[in-house]
Amino acid sequence: MNEIVEGLLAAAGLIVSLDPELVDITFRSLQVTITAVVIAAAIGLPLGAWLAVMRFRARRLVIAVLNALMGLPPVVVGLIVYVLLSRSGPFGVFGLLFTPTAMIIAQVIIVTPLIASIAHQAIRDLWAEYHDLLISLNTSKRQRVATLLWDARRALLTACLAGFGRGIGEVGAIMIVGGNIDHATRVLTTAIALETGKGNFALALGLGFVLIALAIAVNLVIHSLSRTERSGIW
Amino acid sequence: MMSRAFLVLAFALSASVAMADTIRMAVTTSFENSGLADVLLPEIQEELGIEVQLLVVGTGQALRLGEAGDVDAVLVHSRPAEEAFVAAGHATHWREIMYNDFVLIGPSDDPADLASADTAAEALDRIAAAGAPFVSRGDDSGTHQKELALWASADVDPESLGAAYNSVGSGMGAALNTASGLNAYILSDRATWLTFGNRGELALLFSGDPALFNPYSILPVNPERHAHVNFEAVVALEDWLAGPRAADLINSYTVEGETLFVHSAVPR
Amino acid sequence: MVRSILPLRIDAAEVRRGGARLIGPIDLTLGKTDVTIVLGPNGSGKTSLLRLMHGLERAAKGRVDWSIPEADARARRAFVFQTPTMMRRSVTDSIAYALTVSGTKRSHARDRAREMARKIGLAHALDRSARVLSGGEKQKLAVARALIREPEVLFLDEPCANLDGRATREIETILADAKARRTRIVMSTHDLGQARRLADDVVFMLNGCVHETGVAESFFSTPETPEARAFLNGQIVE
Repeated sequence: MNEIVEGLLAAAGLIVSLDPELVDITFRSLQVTITAVVIAAAIGLPLGAWLAVMRFRARRLVIAVLNALMGLPPVVVGLIVYVLLSRSGPFGVFGLLFTPTAMIIAQVIIVTPLIASIAHQAIRDLWAEYHDLLISLNTSKRQRVATLLWDARRALLTACLAGFGRGIGEVGAIMIVGGNIDHATRVLTTAIALETGKGNFALALGLGFVLIALAIAVNLVIHSLSRTERSGIW
Repeated sequence: MMSRAFLVLAFALSASVAMADTIRMAVTTSFENSGLADVLLPEIQEELGIEVQLLVVGTGQALRLGEAGDVDAVLVHSRPAEEAFVAAGHATHWREIMYNDFVLIGPSDDPADLASADTAAEALDRIAAAGAPFVSRGDDSGTHQKELALWASADVDPESLGAAYNSVGSGMGAALNTASGLNAYILSDRATWLTFGNRGELALLFSGDPALFNPYSILPVNPERHAHVNFEAVVALEDWLAGPRAADLINSYTVEGETLFVHSAVPR
Repeated sequence: MVRSILPLRIDAAEVRRGGARLIGPIDLTLGKTDVTIVLGPNGSGKTSLLRLMHGLERAAKGRVDWSIPEADARARRAFVFQTPTMMRRSVTDSIAYALTVSGTKRSHARDRAREMARKIGLAHALDRSARVLSGGEKQKLAVARALIREPEVLFLDEPCANLDGRATREIETILADAKARRTRIVMSTHDLGQARRLADDVVFMLNGCVHETGVAESFFSTPETPEARAFLNGQIVE
């Protein structure tokens, strides 16, 4: 219990003093996860819509695989990305290992199935509602997907925020592919793991509270920008 | 459109990291936890103009990173593994820089009476005889290999200790956290112990046996195997670490009033 | 002069679902009559017939042929459902949507949508979400969305089934206006009064088949079949 209070105090101290290291790793956390979520959304949202609208033989299989991938352990993703990006791996020539780019790649793999799966469920329901109308208006498949993506945008925003939540709190993959290098690839979660390893529980908890505050702040900003939870029914 | 823009952004990010004269060096947790890096790295940056990026991992993973060419150099403390690494051609050579020592940590009431042991082997023998709980790193790190060697010299098979022997398979800090929770004996490097913040009932019970000395060596990754490694910078770094300025910094570095490392490199 | 998509010829067509026959076999020709009313008791297949004609249902057997190829004919028909689907968009954007998906520029589509919304009495709700409208307003929006593409044939499936008298009259006024501008209307209803007010031709459905067809005047005064006579007398017909 005492350590939680100390952790809160440590968090307050770090934030009030705008500790430069804290600012550095917080900014990097945001940079990595937001970039990953934007890329994952660019892949996952159309994929989810496409799966909802299209009927093809392997559709059930693809959806089952997607749902299973949501539970993919980040550590496994990290290991796979590490092997691929390693100098002795197939993409070694790009020298991406232990850079923020490698962390973004790993998080894209972790976040995309989650976003695609939530998007698929939301769009499947909307498609059931819109089906007759869109068919009667003689729309192309492309137009249907675009319409569903736009009209389901609030649910899709929630999907993206869920992806952000999974990404910002993730440590297993980015620890392996980023390496937790000070001033280069250290982010909030890997710093927490490091401080826990040193037995500095108060500082680790402090960073943890900063992470929670950050996640809440991002959600509030996105919701206020998009005016969800404010205006009436849409 | 959007995803393409972000790919460009991603590559811009990666390019900016590789630009400066940078060395990536895999080091062990015990080195990082000592805090010595915070003294050495700014000096290296200033005098050599080289930015050293540390990857803090276990010895096993550090050597693996070197073998794959993912780092330019490795700084570890496991002589047999280092020799095998050089023999396999992954590094050009190894060079000892300094040493610190391992210590035996345990419950402050010391049920196995380590305090009156004369050698490290005898201390481990007493832990085994008392059936006291012991936490092992169990991660094939340099510390873990050292621990196994000490058990062998005490003629005890740790597997025979049964439930008292807890192999946790994690880093030094995590293992110390476990030992603190279990109030168990554990072998730790002195640096990590001195900077460890969650000691609970634990205390330092035995140290000083030369068998516990722990030499650190730098191994430059073989540029013939991996053409992209920054070999020149690593050689400059190695010479600097072996030189008088590093010797001063290392020998005068203390944590809570205690000297941690003894510089032992011979200038070329 | 653009060639008409009419007449529509339906030849021994059947609609099936899960092996069971919903309607058919249907033989019917739809000429250039102004207003055709599809009459019949609940479950007689009125909805399925309209959906078959608009292409929302595929003919499991038989043929449905417009006078020009389906790919061209499709764009010149529109459909209004009994329960209108309201998109998560404003009134203006909902109507404009029907134009933008057929290639009209967005700004121009919105101008025309606003004009159309004002004409049908939705001027007060242009920027309101379509989903918060009243039942009558929703159905007016659905009709506006269908009419804005200026279809040659407009199908309506019981558009006034859930509406009160005033809303029904407003819809009928809009339809009369559309008829005046040469839109052919095919509408199902079980409201005999509405059928009498609007129909030029009548298609009487029973048990999934076309039971009787005719000019409205003679159908209402002297129906040929006893079932049609019973239906017009308000008796239960099966």
